[in-house]
Order: sequence, then structure tokens, then C-alpha cells
Amino acid sequence: MTTRTLLSPATLARPRGKAVYWTVFTGVVVLFALAFLFPVYWMVTGAMKSPDEIARTPPTVIPTHWHLSGYTDAWDLMQLPEHLWNTVVQAAGAWAFQLVLCTAAAYALSKLKPAFGKLILGGILATLMVPAQALVVPKYLTVADLPLIHTSLLNDPLGIWLPAVANAFNLYLLKRFFDQLPRDVLEAAEIDGAGKLRILWSIVLPMSRPVLGVVSIFALVAVWQDFLWPLMVFSDTDKQPISVALVQLSQNIQLTVLIAAMVIASIPMVAMFLVFQRHIIAGISAGSTKG
Amino acid sequence: MTRTATRSPVEPTAVRQVEAPPPAGGRRRRRLLDQARAYAFLIGGLICFALFSWYPAIRAVVIAFQKYTPGSSPEWVGTANFTRVWHDPEFTAAWRNTLVFTLLALLVGFAIPFVLALVLNELRHWKAFFRIVVYLPVMIPPVVTALLWKWFYDPGAGLANETLRFLHLPTSNWSNGTDTALISLVIVATWANMGGTVLIYLAALQSIPGDLYEAAELDGASLLQRVRYVTIPQTRFVILMLMLLQIIATMQVFTEPFVITGGGPENATVTVLYLIYKYAFLYNDFGGACALSVMLLVLLGVFSAAYLRLTRSGEDDL
Repeated sequence: MTTRTLLSPATLARPRGKAVYWTVFTGVVVLFALAFLFPVYWMVTGAMKSPDEIARTPPTVIPTHWHLSGYTDAWDLMQLPEHLWNTVVQAAGAWAFQLVLCTAAAYALSKLKPAFGKLILGGILATLMVPAQALVVPKYLTVADLPLIHTSLLNDPLGIWLPAVANAFNLYLLKRFFDQLPRDVLEAAEIDGAGKLRILWSIVLPMSRPVLGVVSIFALVAVWQDFLWPLMVFSDTDKQPISVALVQLSQNIQLTVLIAAMVIASIPMVAMFLVFQRHIIAGISAGSTKG
Repeated sequence: MTRTATRSPVEPTAVRQVEAPPPAGGRRRRRLLDQARAYAFLIGGLICFALFSWYPAIRAVVIAFQKYTPGSSPEWVGTANFTRVWHDPEFTAAWRNTLVFTLLALLVGFAIPFVLALVLNELRHWKAFFRIVVYLPVMIPPVVTALLWKWFYDPGAGLANETLRFLHLPTSNWSNGTDTALISLVIVATWANMGGTVLIYLAALQSIPGDLYEAAELDGASLLQRVRYVTIPQTRFVILMLMLLQIIATMQVFTEPFVITGGGPENATVTVLYLIYKYAFLYNDFGGACALSVMLLVLLGVFSAAYLRLTRSGEDDL
């Protein structure tokens, strides 16, 4: 499927066109390598330099001596296993809560015709107009002292998990997908005696794999990358996710060790991206061009 | 979470009633049962929205008019929070920085991805490679990106100045200079977020019908004229959408100034959200923090409403 773009195939086929094309192509490759890959390379190798070497001017592009001690020190000194585990727990919980509660709510709004359903959906969509970060302070006060039950979710993973459910974008995505599912299939199942939960579990969910995948990726990335909210929720150092811990520890730690910790903190998301890149890129490209 | 599971034992009634018409009053009870069932599915999500979206939004407005410290009973103070915040010298700095940051981000972070997407769309080789590489920085946690650039910007042995020295150019103070700090942060934000924008533009560019270019070329339109009269009008919707999205996102910038500059030097990079954070967690002044939040909320609400209207204009739901 070669649709024509700005340049026609004929222009590109001419000798001059070819020359210009390959020049531009090389230029872009070099630019991308320098702008996007080199900083990452610099970080990964920087952690392997000795403390003296990393402060040297002019800097060495390739470490003269390769040390892995930066990585091992970061792992031990900065308690990275603990903070990584905290992040995993927070992200996994937020993902699970979001998937269960948002799917159930979207299913109800889409198929079960609750009274005031439109009003509730309107209220949920209205929250899309509220910029999330502008509300962090009152949200913090709510989490610090939940109304009616007066418990605090500070320093508790629930303080990440439950607010993550209030994600209007994901819920709307699910609801729209459920709306498109053919009525007949669900009605047939109902006549066969399947209950609402059974229909959701055995019919709706298996048909919704693509949208569940998208929502899962969004949910995981959002929690893993967040900084301000966990910074507010976890004052207790032992419970902080890696993003918050990195900033808190960055002041009093050797540069090579800090850089090693930064690399380690990046690995999970970058690895996930490399594994699922096809889906993630397709999702970003498709999600925005409709309309 | 368990709420939905508890509903399972009540199933078969619905089906049986299809066969045997219900006695008087049974239909009503069935409708009630349907409602109860619908709400059983809905309740978990509903509670979360009520607690963490609707209630905080209302509360922000209420606390903005109160003297509020957690633990003690609130006291109504009228518009005192607003006037106090207004007269804080940091207030002007924060708003000015945020607006300048947003404008610079639009200039830098908007033109570059568009041009990049235009060029990438013409390339016939290594397409997957370009897409992965441009999106790679987006997947690096923002905190790591910020710390990484803080290190690059180091006036001594930082990579940024080393590169300038290598090219025999004058060095800069980067994030440590009052006049260069803000643009340094814009560069970081652009580097980190460009990937998503480029991918969205690429998708938009690919949906332009080739005939349009064909026809324009036959009419003698030059390369730049084709961009001007075909590409830009055809992607106008996406351009506008991303512009609004970027305004909304950049006006809430926090991580970069917090991690890289700490708001300094001399308040050159204090942003509105950073100031909100300071009021709440440094000054313990939640009334002031909420007053600022409400201002940000009102301003960004306008952009968000425009964005929603735009993206939903083609849709029929609700």
C-alpha cells in the first residue's frame, strides 16, 4: 500500500531525487541517533565509568575501564529492590482495580440501563474537563481523611489504587467499545439463561480483548510514570515508588550510582515498550485521528 | 472489587419470567431487581469517581474560601486567600513562567514534531526504527529524564557544555542561569514528549488522500505550496487538537522544575503547579493552595472544554 505523499514516486526515481532522498535519509538517521539514542547510551555507559572518569573534561565517549559496581552499588545502597517492588505493587494494583471496577461500571452504563445512567455518564465525562494536576491538593486532603469513615490512605497503596479507578478516559473507552458489541449475541445468551455477570465474563470480555489491552497499557504506564501524586501520598521512605525515591536520594549519592539507579528504573517500561511496541504505536496512532 | 462477584447467585429469575407472565406487582419488582443489579456493577466505579473526582473538585472551591489546616476546623475567610496569594511576589513569577513555558513549548515543541513527521512520512526505509526511536524517550520515566538532563546541564562537566566546547561555541549556564533556565526546561519537555506527537502527526499525514498531492502537482504547485495548501489544511483538525492538548499539559508542568531547578534560580522556573505544591506542603496553607488550584482549574477548564468539543464534534454518543 504505497499511497503517494508529498513527493511523487517519479520525483524520487530521478537521479537528483535519489541523491536528495538518501542525503535526507542519512541526515535523519544521524539526527535520531544523536538526539534520542545517544543520551540513553550516555546514561547506560555513564554508570559504568569510575567516579573520577565521569567528572573528567573532556568526557570519554567510551569508558576507559568498565565498572559494574555502579549498578551493584545502586541495587544495594539505594534499596532499589524495595522501591521497585513498591512500584510494581502500586502499578499492578491500580491496573487490577481499574480493570475490574471500570469494566463493571462501563458494562452497566452501556448494557444494563441503570436509572440516571446518562446523568452519571455525563458526570464522569465532565471530569475530563478538569485538569488532573490542578486537583491534587483537594484530592490529597480527601485521601488523608476519607469522608464518613475518617481513615487515611496516606502511605497505603490504596491511596494509589482507588484514585486510579476514577479515570474517565479509560471508562469511556470501554463504554464505547461495549456499545458496539452486537445486541443479538448478548440477548441470545440471556435467553439461554446466562446472568449479567456470566454474560460479562464469558461474552463481553473475550470480545473486548483489544480495548482491554489498550486500557491495561495506559493504566500501567500512567502509574509507573507518575511522580507528583506518589510524592504526596508516600512520605514514608520505605513505601515510596522508585520515581519518588530517586529524587529523594539524588542529593546525597555518588553520581555514577545515581545514574545506574536511573537506568534500572527505566528498564521495566522500556522493556515493555520494546515488547509491545507494535500495539502501543498502533494505539497512539489510531486513538487520535478519528473524528 | 468483590462487589460485582457477590451478584452471581441471583440469575435465573429473569429468564423464567419470560415464559410465565409475572403476577401483578411482579413486573415492578423485576424492574427494581434489574436496577439493583445494574447498580451493583456500577457502584465501585461510582464511589471512586465520587470520592476522588467530584468531591475534590467541589472541595477545592470550598477550601479556597476557608482558612484550612488538616486537623482543625475550617474557618470562612471570604476572598482573603485569593488576595493573599495574588500579592505573593511568587504568584506573578509563577504565572509568567507557566505562560512563557507554554508559549515556548508551543513554538519549539510544536513546529519541530510537525516538520519531523513531514520528513519521516517521505522516507521509505527503516520506518519501524524511526517510530521506536522517537518514542523511546516517552517511555523513560519523567523523573529519570529530568535527572538525566540535570546532569547534562551541569555547568562543569555536563554533556551540553561539552558539546558546545567541542563545536567551539560559547558555553551556557543552562538550567542555572536566570535567563536560560526556562528554555532549558522546555528543551527537556520537548525531548521527552515529542514521540507521541510525531506518531499522531504521522498517522494524520498517512490519511491524506494521495490524489490531492497529485492534482496540486499537476497544477504546478511547488513542494512548499503543497505543504501549505494540501498538508496543513488536511491535518488542521489534528494540529488544533494537539495544540490544545499541549497547552493543557504544559500548563500543569511540575516534575521538570521540581527535579531540575527546584524553582530557581531566583524563581525563574517556579510554575503555578509548583507554587500550589509549595503552599500546601511547605507553607501548610491549604486555603491558598486551593485558591491557586481554582484559578488554574478555571483557566484550563476553558481549554479542556474546547478540546472535548473538538474531539467529540464528530461523535453522537451521550
